[in-house]
Amino acid sequence: MTRVGVVGWGVYIPRYRIRTEEVARLWGDDPQRIADVYLVNEKSVEALDEDAVTIAVEAARIALRRAGVSRERVGAVYVGTESKPYAVKPIASILIDALGLRNDILAVDMEFACKAGGDGLAAIAGLVEAGRVEYGIAVGVDTSQGEPGEHLDYSASSGGAALVVGRDGVAAELEAMYAYASDTPDFWRRDGSPYPMHGEGFTGEPAYFRHIIEAVRGLVSKYGYKPADFTYAVFHQPNGRFPLRVASALGIPMDRVKPGIVVTHIGNTYNASALIGFARVLEMAKPGDRILLVTYGSGAGSDAFVFRVTDVITERQRAPAPAVEHMLRNKVYVDYAQYLKMRKMIKLLE
Amino acid sequence: MRHESVPMYWRNIPQYYRLVAKRCRQCGAVYFPPALRCRCGSAELEDYDELPHEGRLVEYTVLYQVGTDFLKQKPLIVGLVELNGGVRAVGQIVDAQPDRLAPGTRVELVFRRVAVDGRHGLIMYGYKFRPVQP
Repeated sequence: MTRVGVVGWGVYIPRYRIRTEEVARLWGDDPQRIADVYLVNEKSVEALDEDAVTIAVEAARIALRRAGVSRERVGAVYVGTESKPYAVKPIASILIDALGLRNDILAVDMEFACKAGGDGLAAIAGLVEAGRVEYGIAVGVDTSQGEPGEHLDYSASSGGAALVVGRDGVAAELEAMYAYASDTPDFWRRDGSPYPMHGEGFTGEPAYFRHIIEAVRGLVSKYGYKPADFTYAVFHQPNGRFPLRVASALGIPMDRVKPGIVVTHIGNTYNASALIGFARVLEMAKPGDRILLVTYGSGAGSDAFVFRVTDVITERQRAPAPAVEHMLRNKVYVDYAQYLKMRKMIKLLE
Repeated sequence: MRHESVPMYWRNIPQYYRLVAKRCRQCGAVYFPPALRCRCGSAELEDYDELPHEGRLVEYTVLYQVGTDFLKQKPLIVGLVELNGGVRAVGQIVDAQPDRLAPGTRVELVFRRVAVDGRHGLIMYGYKFRPVQP
């Protein structure tokens, strides 16, 4: 029997974008300096009538279409996000009815900053391996928050990615995974707070770099991989600089990392960040390629996965479903006022 | 604000979320929005969950005078869409500029927020359409 793995993928990126220079214009920053520091040229913005629920539905619809899996065979749906429209009321149950899935399945919302989407992938892989479900859908989605004028205003963006995970029709087999987590005060949002806070000085070394490097080193030493084994490496992308730096620390050449970097074009989609990069790489991968996927969530933790691409990949790449490249290309620019309206940051009397 | 009641929204979820229609068991006619009785006289209608999610714009109108739920979304574009296969559905057209639309424009179904019951109430989701990007 073949290994569990990714049967289909789907990405949804809202059509609107705001340029880094437009945000810088508002807040008196030097746009060139900002773009140089974060390597983010523009970011995606959800429409007024979009949120984490609608984006999750769109990504999951595309993933199911690409996988060619019938709705009746899906036994679990996991959604990872930190931008739930409701503090209490799940997204996963809305997905069941929006996708027309069976009602007698496992539906779960998960939170671990930007890592929960990938955690859904790990959970579903386990359920499939145990024979409890045939297929599951893991979704990572966010309409991430950033305080206007603060540096997250340049990167926090919106998007979603969904993976159909199963054992039949696998396009990328899950070969190995390794996790690493610790209590790290790098980034948090208290209940009721509109915007997150950063623990000054914690964002880089003790948080992003420590957890990703430990997860990858653990994986490599447990399963005997070498950096050269990975055709592509995809990391969580809070900005354009961090994934390049972490790859260099791990001895992974730049040309293996760059194909999976989408933050430059759409900003940081949080729970969808690494997964959109992964989907983009799946759309260019060849049978036999090995893909390293590493998520990261503040607070903090990192999951490292290794996938081996199968012959099924070419069929999935040709499936009648929108590609990541198509979503990246189709865009409409908005100004800062439209951005505030779309992100519901203008205070309205209701 | 005046909008649909929570029970009514809940009852219509299959129709709003994924275009679940009714099909006549006698003559096969499909109805969207769902009907209770078929033109052939039969009252034996079953759920039909297979309407295509793509079609063409038949006609549309641009509204500047809108209900309270839509005041912040002006102008509101409402279109009549002929889904592939021939069934027609009325819906909001989004991600579109009115002057770039025309009868025949290819559209696809999207899932969006339709109405929001204030700051503390329910968010009501449903289908809308948007132009297909080449």
